[in-house]
Amino acid sequence: MSLSFHLPQNADRFAVINQSFVSRGYGISTRDDGPNRLATLTIRKEQGKQTLYYGFVVLRGESGTGKAADDEPVVRHFKMSDPERAAAEAIIKGAEAQSADTASFVVQVLKRLSGAQSTQPAAKLLGQKATTRETMAVAAKIMGLAGLPARTVHGIGLGLDRRHAQFEHWLEVHDGSAWVPFRADATGPGLAPDQFAWWRGPAPFAKITGGDLPQVVTTVNRVRTSTLQVVRSLGESAKDPLLTWSLYSLPLQTQLVFRLLLVVPLGVFLLVVLRNVVGVKTFGTFMPVLIALAFRETGLAWGIMLFTVVVAGGLLVRLYLEHLKLLLVPRLAAVLIVVIMLMAVLSLISHKLGIVSGLSVALFPMVILTMTIERMSVVWDERGAMESLKEGLGSLIVAVLCFYALSADAIEHLAFAFPELLLVLLAATVLLGRYSGYRLTELARFRVLGGRQG
Amino acid sequence: MFGIARRLRDNGVLGINARNGNYLLPHNPRRLYPLVDDKLITKRLAEGVGIKVPALYGVIEFPSQVKTVHDMVALHEDFVVKPAQGSGGEGIIVVMGRAADNYRLADGSLMDHRDMEFHLNNLLSGIYSLGGQPDKILIEYRVLFDSVFEKVAYQGIPDVRIIVYFGFPVMAMVRLPTRLSKGKANLHQGAIGAGLDITSGRTLTAVWRNAIVADHPDTGNPVSGIQVPHWDTLLDIAARSWEMTGLAYQGVDIVLDRDQGPMILELNARPGLAIQIANRCGLRHRLESVDENRAALIEVADRIAFAKQHFAALPLSG
Repeated sequence: MSLSFHLPQNADRFAVINQSFVSRGYGISTRDDGPNRLATLTIRKEQGKQTLYYGFVVLRGESGTGKAADDEPVVRHFKMSDPERAAAEAIIKGAEAQSADTASFVVQVLKRLSGAQSTQPAAKLLGQKATTRETMAVAAKIMGLAGLPARTVHGIGLGLDRRHAQFEHWLEVHDGSAWVPFRADATGPGLAPDQFAWWRGPAPFAKITGGDLPQVVTTVNRVRTSTLQVVRSLGESAKDPLLTWSLYSLPLQTQLVFRLLLVVPLGVFLLVVLRNVVGVKTFGTFMPVLIALAFRETGLAWGIMLFTVVVAGGLLVRLYLEHLKLLLVPRLAAVLIVVIMLMAVLSLISHKLGIVSGLSVALFPMVILTMTIERMSVVWDERGAMESLKEGLGSLIVAVLCFYALSADAIEHLAFAFPELLLVLLAATVLLGRYSGYRLTELARFRVLGGRQG
Repeated sequence: MFGIARRLRDNGVLGINARNGNYLLPHNPRRLYPLVDDKLITKRLAEGVGIKVPALYGVIEFPSQVKTVHDMVALHEDFVVKPAQGSGGEGIIVVMGRAADNYRLADGSLMDHRDMEFHLNNLLSGIYSLGGQPDKILIEYRVLFDSVFEKVAYQGIPDVRIIVYFGFPVMAMVRLPTRLSKGKANLHQGAIGAGLDITSGRTLTAVWRNAIVADHPDTGNPVSGIQVPHWDTLLDIAARSWEMTGLAYQGVDIVLDRDQGPMILELNARPGLAIQIANRCGLRHRLESVDENRAALIEVADRIAFAKQHFAALPLSG
């Protein structure tokens, strides 16, 4: 079985920057076909319904963003029956009478063919219910008869996100120097800014041999990409070694991992500042950063609530285990098991209540939670509930601050696009490592020593 | 805020970052830490140079030995159980006597054999040790504190903490247990710290929970003006601890036994900074003065003389 379909190409204001086929087991070949480019997917054995995906990313920019490959203008003469020819000539005659140049002539012809000024000869040519595509084909025939090089164009509107985008059709006429597009509704030369030409000519979008007619579904999605990624995509052909060595060249899955990993240093730096310059006490050195990472997935309000519930539940169980006089490692293991059960129960409850955010409780680092619970209960025992809650709250506040730092889009973008910024962060961290000034909390602690020396 | 930071700096108050960055990291080599983190090693080091320590009744290293504790202490009415690598006085149990089959603790509560074994197992598994690694347990002589502190200590044993820098005793304080500290002598657990005049060994002002106090909160007796007995011996022990461990900056904890006199309880490689509040004086000027003069003062006696001359109490006026 072989399926061939048209591939999009660069146009004046559009550049195709990324194409992908998802077609397991099919051989893929592409070739030029006049002004178009065709992809042919072939496979020897096929059963039942086959689903093939083809995706591409179009960059919209200023005029001249992409170079359109153009063929030489040729006047095509189509076969017409006599009544058709007579009707076409009648339209040409009427249009010529009301136009001054090629552009206004084409507009007049399109007007006569479009629904608004449907004339007797047009009805003869178009039949009862002509689609835009058929209308454009007829318009191309009339242009041929009038001695103008013309072709139909098929494309899509890129404006809105649509799951089932319809192909749009328009006409291109060569005015002697360049191909000029004309919209089917006869509103003059030029296109809407979001109309993207896909292929040209009378050929259908896809052809199949050895199979049933293909069903084509087109989906349009707006994609936000960084300037750097665009530059890289455009520059890929140039093979700039600097650009091909960016993190953007990693597989998408790995990119996502690094998007997360590269913001962690900032959270860690923030933690260093809060601990060594401010003097906030936290449970565990990096626990707040890990909790902040979990908050990114759960959302802040839910994150805090789930964290509090799990830690409070864990503390209660830990309090009970105290009576059983368990040894350290089995006790930790028991708390860990309880933490996992709590997480499972919370997920179930929130699922039954239809709260999606509750499901993300599974993203909390359970070992870190367990250690937090253990440390909290030990501090509780030794220095009292106040101290324990104070440190717990301190950890949570640091986690929230880290969360805000980690979830800023600008920061994520900066860290990912310019990973060399990590060197700056590293330098600042090393500098802080030699900070020997007072911590903010020490100012309060040594307050009584702030008097003048006698 | 910057005003107070500047005044603290002018008064030579040492912050935790400065302590770690300027004194601990450059002068206390990591490899020497086990000497003070493991109280068993410290005890043997001190005995090696003839410094008195509380007598060791026994060591428990494995869970199988836990049940032998009762035989170990059979001959002793009172004793102390402590983790070899514990910090901040945590995990220490002071047994004052027996009541039938139970151990009577310092606070008057009772502990049966099973509870004691559970506690020992916990200590062995490292619950109070610095890195959480398995620990050893020391069973040792219970220090009978000198009557001089009777009126200003609530249960427990008061001890003298001396900060020693390159063998110079730079600052000292007495730590007095309170009801809040549950008889323990650690400031962060609620004990009182009373500054000591290095020259005379008399107590100055006292700090309790980061605030200055004049009287002991439980007994109501004034805590200043008390003369620490055997002061010169204490200074001698402190100064010699530098040669003992090689740690340039350390805290020496000394207890005064009624019968046996001063003995080293433990050494600390990261001594706390609250001692500055107790003395109402910053540490940095004294440390810098030691740095300027230590090349010329090698002998223990010279170092003590220098400290006595230069580190006399200069109370703050504000």
